[in-house]
Amino acid sequence: MPLPITIIGGYLGAGKTTLVNHLLRHANGRRLAVMVNEFGALPIDEDLIEAEDDQIISLAGGCVCCSYGEDLVSSMAMLATLRPRPDMVLLEASGVSFPGAIAGTVGLVPTYKLDGVVVLADGETIRAQAADKYIGGTIRGQLAQADMVLLNKTDLIEDDDIVRRWLNGTSGEARIVRSMYARVPFDVVFGTIWRDGKHGVEVADRYHADGYETLAFVTAPGVRPDQAVTVCADATTGLLRAKGFVPRPEGGLAQIQVVGRRGEIADAPAGAEPGVVCIGLADQINRAALAVLADDRNSITERQAS
Amino acid sequence: MESFVPVKQLSWSGGAGGAQQSLAGVLKPGPPRPGPPADHVVMRSPLRNQLLLSAGCPSRTNLVYLDSAETLTTFFIGAASLRQSIDATESDLSVTTIYSARKIITMNPARPYATHVAVRDGRILSAGALEEMQGWGDYMLDDRFADKVLMPGLVEGHSHTMEGSLWEYVYCGYFDRMDPDGKVWPGLKSVDEIIERLTQAAARLDEPTTPLAGWSLDAIYYGGRRINRNDLDRVSTERAIGILNASGHILNVNTKALQLAGLLKPGINHPGIPLDDEGLPTGEMKGPDAMAPLGIHTGFDRDLLACDEPGLRRFARLCVRTGVTTAADLANMLPDGAVDMMVRVTAEPDYPARIVSLRRFYGLTPAELIDRVLELEKRSQQNLRLGIIKVVLDGSIQGFSARLRWPGYYNGAAEGLWYVPPEHLQEIYERALAAGIQVHTHTNGDEATELALDCMETSLRKHPGPDHRFTLQHCQLADAAQYRRIKTVGMCVNLFPNHHFYWGDQHYSITVGPDRAERMNACATALRMGVPLAIHSDAPVTPLGPLFTAWCAVNRRTASGRVLGEHERISVKDALRTITIGAAYTLKLDAEIGSVETGKRADLAVLEDDPEAVGGENLKDVRVWGTVQGGRIFEAAAI
Repeated sequence: MPLPITIIGGYLGAGKTTLVNHLLRHANGRRLAVMVNEFGALPIDEDLIEAEDDQIISLAGGCVCCSYGEDLVSSMAMLATLRPRPDMVLLEASGVSFPGAIAGTVGLVPTYKLDGVVVLADGETIRAQAADKYIGGTIRGQLAQADMVLLNKTDLIEDDDIVRRWLNGTSGEARIVRSMYARVPFDVVFGTIWRDGKHGVEVADRYHADGYETLAFVTAPGVRPDQAVTVCADATTGLLRAKGFVPRPEGGLAQIQVVGRRGEIADAPAGAEPGVVCIGLADQINRAALAVLADDRNSITERQAS
Repeated sequence: MESFVPVKQLSWSGGAGGAQQSLAGVLKPGPPRPGPPADHVVMRSPLRNQLLLSAGCPSRTNLVYLDSAETLTTFFIGAASLRQSIDATESDLSVTTIYSARKIITMNPARPYATHVAVRDGRILSAGALEEMQGWGDYMLDDRFADKVLMPGLVEGHSHTMEGSLWEYVYCGYFDRMDPDGKVWPGLKSVDEIIERLTQAAARLDEPTTPLAGWSLDAIYYGGRRINRNDLDRVSTERAIGILNASGHILNVNTKALQLAGLLKPGINHPGIPLDDEGLPTGEMKGPDAMAPLGIHTGFDRDLLACDEPGLRRFARLCVRTGVTTAADLANMLPDGAVDMMVRVTAEPDYPARIVSLRRFYGLTPAELIDRVLELEKRSQQNLRLGIIKVVLDGSIQGFSARLRWPGYYNGAAEGLWYVPPEHLQEIYERALAAGIQVHTHTNGDEATELALDCMETSLRKHPGPDHRFTLQHCQLADAAQYRRIKTVGMCVNLFPNHHFYWGDQHYSITVGPDRAERMNACATALRMGVPLAIHSDAPVTPLGPLFTAWCAVNRRTASGRVLGEHERISVKDALRTITIGAAYTLKLDAEIGSVETGKRADLAVLEDDPEAVGGENLKDVRVWGTVQGGRIFEAAAI
């Protein structure tokens, strides 16, 4: 199984460090490996650190952290050899680097698979940064390469709709997620909502209180994997992530995965059962759009009622 | 009253060709010189002579048989034992050697030329005429340089000791280049010639699968034809082959290397990996991320910038061959292990160069960086200077990663890259000014220069730093308005005129266009504005050789022969000052080195030709005999 890697981008002060710590605290038994650009400003809360050596810092809950410096490829290869193997990797890009360029490099390392690019934006300063004569182009470039933009520090802005509208115009198709203190569900960043290839219809609507909603359905007969991806990745559907298994017209199951605007189709693992699980912001999911995919349209509308 | 001690005819192995020369032969028909006959070594001061004799010291004639590099060592041992034996009776006496020369260009404004230089304790005691030096007491007159031209030891203000490390690999450059042994490797003018040299190198390897690594390939010179894996497969399909580009940012590999890295497959989608008609990588890997998976398979160590011991030794031998006595190693990570090694090697009695190694800003926060550099500074010694910070702010112009102001790149390439956020540069400047640490900042593009100037102005308001000498490195595209600001904030520049020769034609036609290509590395503007100026090679990017760099600044000629920026040419005199005292100033070493005057280190470039007389056109062809460093003599032909 390829090791999924999520790239976290964003300028200084956007909240990358806060996000990393938040995710480590909510890994809930999953072995998360964090790659940081350099150890200088180690972005890990001290109470999470269990042991340090030259290459690897061991963290609570079986998680690890390493610095990749100027040799990203070798560091990724090293992480993939760790035993026990990490379940997923989070790569924190430096404040001036382009996450899209790093995403390209991920494809060069065997055993890895890009999961998605999440770019953080400081809700209070992002528009000024994007207009800055020196770093403006870098900021806009980072946002344009995002699959998902985490609009952070929304507690510091009076009307985040203005910022969101501006972001919509800057980051294209990327989904925008608002947050305070980078509190965003683990499943949104990593697409771990679907586990073990099992049917996911019973997935609890556990993020409802945070303003997120999860949906699950089995695709209607005749819905092809590429159709499912197209609908789920469409901006008007309002999903952040979708993952599941859809029958191929020629037989067998395909695995589909959607991260914001990014979607892909692969072979399903043995034993997978048909079904798709989605997560999105409760007030943004367009159930009507999704309903065209579902075998039992009521399953979607019913969940809306709950 | 004078006491002369006649000595026998001296001879030694010397000269660029290593031919046996007799001193008398060299001297004839030399110009008349003041003072005693040149083939006499003289000890003077009758009073002290008597003291010496009464103390039972060795006969004076024991001191004067300077007939080879080997006996030179003996001489130093002898001199040391002499000093020990006389310390008992007269503690203030030390050995003074006076070298005669055809001409000494001193860079001392008060007396710009001299015929003799007196050296004591590794330092310059006096530079002038022999008769003026009599008052300093006993001396030995050494005429080995009587037909040479002496200059202050040349100072390379921006290079990397990695130049020494790279000679481990096969040189594949387009231009002739001298290796640390003095062998000149002819430039390779066609792909066939590259293949031939690699094939010869492969034949010397024992195992058929041992990787083969080369360096300094410059693909732009082969008529637009890119070097692909099929070319390199002609050398071998069994061993991995990797050739590093001259820029250091491209690695050309063969099919075997791609196979070993698992990259000989369709479907690769990476901006740094061009694909062929069949959708497979062509073998050209651009950028560090694309290069990295191939590096370990092609014999390149993980971190070429890390200083290794054989490389550090080879680098110093190149210094001797190019007249360099002090060289800046501009971007080292300086981990403890490397520092230990550098401290040990540069302290060896025959290590011939002074290395100024800057700690690059990486892997530490600005606050940690300051602490680290203050720690490093304590480990400085005579031939290893530590305690300066290097910040790399943007990329390179030919790589289109330098940050340019409007209108950007001539060919429309996207804006370049920042390697450090402005906030970090600002914080480093402020903390460094407060701590009294010098910062050198790499700014290739004029927008990067602008940012550095903005940060400098802000920082100076908070922490006025008299004589901070913060230096802009490369600073290739600065315009006149920026030079005025540079002057105002008191920064120095170290410009890169070698670029005109190697890539000037490309700058004119592709990267920045005619206007800005002609103002690149505006040495004349810098001097006119009174901005302290150094010029550099950035070896291994271009070859180490300050006289060549000076030639580039004087002529601004491109590889195709175009004069790129007639109005920014500088005079030979200015160029020579720039590669000595000018560069020393940017390293805050101008009180110690960079000129031949009382109190300075006895660092000399020993030249066969007079750089002031050969004409600017020929400056690069001035022959280097070797160096004197801290009073120690290093002949290039014998190093």
